[in-house]
Amino acid sequence: MAHKIIPIGPYHPLQEEPEFFRLHVDGETVVDIDIEIGYNLRLIEKIAESKSYDQVTFLIERICGICSTSHPFAYTNAIDDLLGVTVPERALYIRTIIGELERIHSHLLWLGLAGHFLGYNTVWMWAWRYREPVLDICERITGNRNHYAMFKPGGVRRDMHEEDFPWIKKTLKDLIPKFDMFKGAVMDDPVIHARTKGIGVLTKQDVHDYSVVGPTARASGVDIDVRKDDPYGAYDRVEWKVITHNGGGVFAKAVVRILELYESTNIILQCLDKMPKGEIDLNIKDMPIGEGIGRHEAPRGEVFHYIMSDGGNSPARHKVRAPSFMNIASNKKAVIGHTISDATIILAAVDPCYCCTERTAVVDYKTGKKIMDGQDLVRLSQEKTEKMRRGR
Amino acid sequence: MKRTEIIENIKVRSGKDLIELKDKSVRRVYVTINKEILPKIVRYLFNDVKARFSIATGVDTRSGVEILYHFSVDEIGLIVSLRVVLEKPNLEIDSLTAIMKCAEWIEREIHELLGVNFKGHPNMKHLLLKDDWPKGNYPLRRDK
Repeated sequence: MAHKIIPIGPYHPLQEEPEFFRLHVDGETVVDIDIEIGYNLRLIEKIAESKSYDQVTFLIERICGICSTSHPFAYTNAIDDLLGVTVPERALYIRTIIGELERIHSHLLWLGLAGHFLGYNTVWMWAWRYREPVLDICERITGNRNHYAMFKPGGVRRDMHEEDFPWIKKTLKDLIPKFDMFKGAVMDDPVIHARTKGIGVLTKQDVHDYSVVGPTARASGVDIDVRKDDPYGAYDRVEWKVITHNGGGVFAKAVVRILELYESTNIILQCLDKMPKGEIDLNIKDMPIGEGIGRHEAPRGEVFHYIMSDGGNSPARHKVRAPSFMNIASNKKAVIGHTISDATIILAAVDPCYCCTERTAVVDYKTGKKIMDGQDLVRLSQEKTEKMRRGR
Repeated sequence: MKRTEIIENIKVRSGKDLIELKDKSVRRVYVTINKEILPKIVRYLFNDVKARFSIATGVDTRSGVEILYHFSVDEIGLIVSLRVVLEKPNLEIDSLTAIMKCAEWIEREIHELLGVNFKGHPNMKHLLLKDDWPKGNYPLRRDK
């Protein structure tokens, strides 16, 4: 059968991980998908071998522009594992606070983009508007809105100041009514239900087969979360629960992320109350021969770092695996059988960082002539929502 | 499944193909095995224990290439890393894609960065490097 092929990607101005999807379509239905990655290969694993252990934290922070602290978190966990040490209590709490602030702003960013793709541009504006106070908190604590440079092997680089705590708490508590608003907007809107429920579903078996992680797995009812399963930082010192949903589709992934906003806020507030005074750094001088594995539950799922040390000043081998590496591959399962107008939101539902849609082009396979571009595809998706909305 | 049970089962299933078992800490176990027994142990971990395949790491040790397959048993927070040592120049090992689809990308990555050939892989093309990358040039190799 003469399929048409829709190339999506590889570059998008919002995206830090360009990838390229080639949708094979038969009429409106997606029948196959090829996924290509590697457009932004920097071979950071190789560069890490030429940096000192201390410098590596700055390097790997540049892997991701949104969840920039996930990699240093997993990396420092790997160093702790290699050395068999526990960093000072206060540093654990500071690390946890930074990790959770990042989860909040990353989920809000996703929520905004998902709203945009579906034609809910107000949700987009709101979500990004309320992401700002979170970035303000990051700036107050670390001096930066992103790329915080807080982590170092053996602790953190900067202390937090108790006089900031009341302001941080107030800013966070003020966000809770906004989260309620998003929850209402998603849970109570019949059009969103119709548009996203049962779309791009991954079953529990698919989750295992593709070994996906994070909200992508939890939205299929699989309660994996490194923060609970392999506790680190201060996650075992505060009360919180792992959010799951049994739907498996785009709707379930949105619900999981929205409910996680509350859990993250809750974790930060408890950390601010419980944080003890004291040292923030172990001042590690030498690295013994050995190997260590560190993990962190990033907003998109488990980040995995493996460090091998030969006793020198730099890692002999540093393996990095970001959650999208596992999650993007599952699109092969999630998108097939759905229509082109749903493909945009399904490919976005694993939160792969949005390389794709803007530069998308629908091309006639035989002539190579462009039929649609990325804006057309977003428009197609938005029109479908609009049609449903009017049909009510 | 309990931690001791998993370790014991790996020992029994690998028999004399078990080279070393390093019980590093409560949540980290490293098992070095011969490459012939690898598919059997992976089937046990992935299908029977229902462990999640986290990722594989390829390391050039100058005399050969080590591949560590990291499996995460999430219920007990355990990472079992299966280590297989391949001697240069014969860098060849069975592909695990028939057992777990999720190994497809990382095997392609190790293939292009370290030059390991995965026998039976359905699609052994470049994953990260561009298609016209010079042949036989492996960025993570350490040989002179």
